[in-house]
Amino acid sequence: MSRAEPFVVLASRVRASEKRILEVLSRRGIAHRHIDSRAWWHPLGDRGAHPIVLNREIGLARATYAAEALEAAGAIVVNSARATALCGDKWRTSAALVAAGLPTPRTAIGLTPEAALTALESIGYPAVVKPLQGSWGRLVSALPDRQTAETVLEYVAALPSPQARIVYLQEWIAKPGRDIRVIVVGGEALAATYRRSEHWRTNVARGAVSELCPMTPDIAKLAVMAAQAVEAEIAGVDLIEDGTGELLVLEVNHGVEFSGLQQALGDALSVADRIVDHLVEKSRSCCE
Amino acid sequence: MVTCPECENSVVPAGTPVIGEIVECGECASELEILTLDPIRAALAPEIEEDWGE
Repeated sequence: MSRAEPFVVLASRVRASEKRILEVLSRRGIAHRHIDSRAWWHPLGDRGAHPIVLNREIGLARATYAAEALEAAGAIVVNSARATALCGDKWRTSAALVAAGLPTPRTAIGLTPEAALTALESIGYPAVVKPLQGSWGRLVSALPDRQTAETVLEYVAALPSPQARIVYLQEWIAKPGRDIRVIVVGGEALAATYRRSEHWRTNVARGAVSELCPMTPDIAKLAVMAAQAVEAEIAGVDLIEDGTGELLVLEVNHGVEFSGLQQALGDALSVADRIVDHLVEKSRSCCE
Repeated sequence: MVTCPECENSVVPAGTPVIGEIVECGECASELEILTLDPIRAALAPEIEEDWGE
């Protein structure tokens, strides 16, 4: 990496979102390089270059270590290693949201499945159990009653990874068949979509349908505050509405996919351009 | 245009292809990863790993 290539896009998987960002960098004549993180390595102590790195690595372990190594070498990484670590772990996200005083479902952590069963007596049923890491609703399970919880937690207890046996629990929120995904870039809420589904897991990866959501001041303010709470400069903030219509922050995604949102937006706004704008501004401010 | 290694369907990436780009085969829905551009070649994309996400 060199000054001649001030922008680096780190990604092992070039999805539609990464491709749009690379296309915008090329179209605007901004020198850049795409690095496949699967081939990337870094000698500790090397501080030879200070590029702006857009970290779009899809694997959390690779994304976190790459961000830490690059920051140690003097690079500016977006999102930062700290933001990636906070967003990549649901418990750490929840702790940051609560510390910032933001509304979020009641959450508990159990250090063993047995402790989680006790915690559920406090959280109450129905509840939801989620893996600490991962996206797209994978392995997120509803616990309607103690009997189901005992069964699910028995499976959790049999998982081989010690981290997988740390149990993250949340109260069940009776949301109105949808959640709200907000894209935040550089402290600004750019756009929002409703994700509607018949299924209680309203992830697009699970078949939820995306449609534009009017950006209200409440949605924008809460999404920006949630992104700030986890120190994310580029974020996909998931909000849900409870039975009274109050907005709660569910999670914040550090490597947000936006191709579906972009399709819904049409030509009204280019998310990739706004991400590149943010990187350029970052480059200016850090080099002045 | 790349050939799907699963079903031998011809797959045309949208726009200018990029190394590492993920394209979906319209015939068998396999996810393909573009490996080289000249000549353009693709292989089945890696399976989703446990810590992948947004």
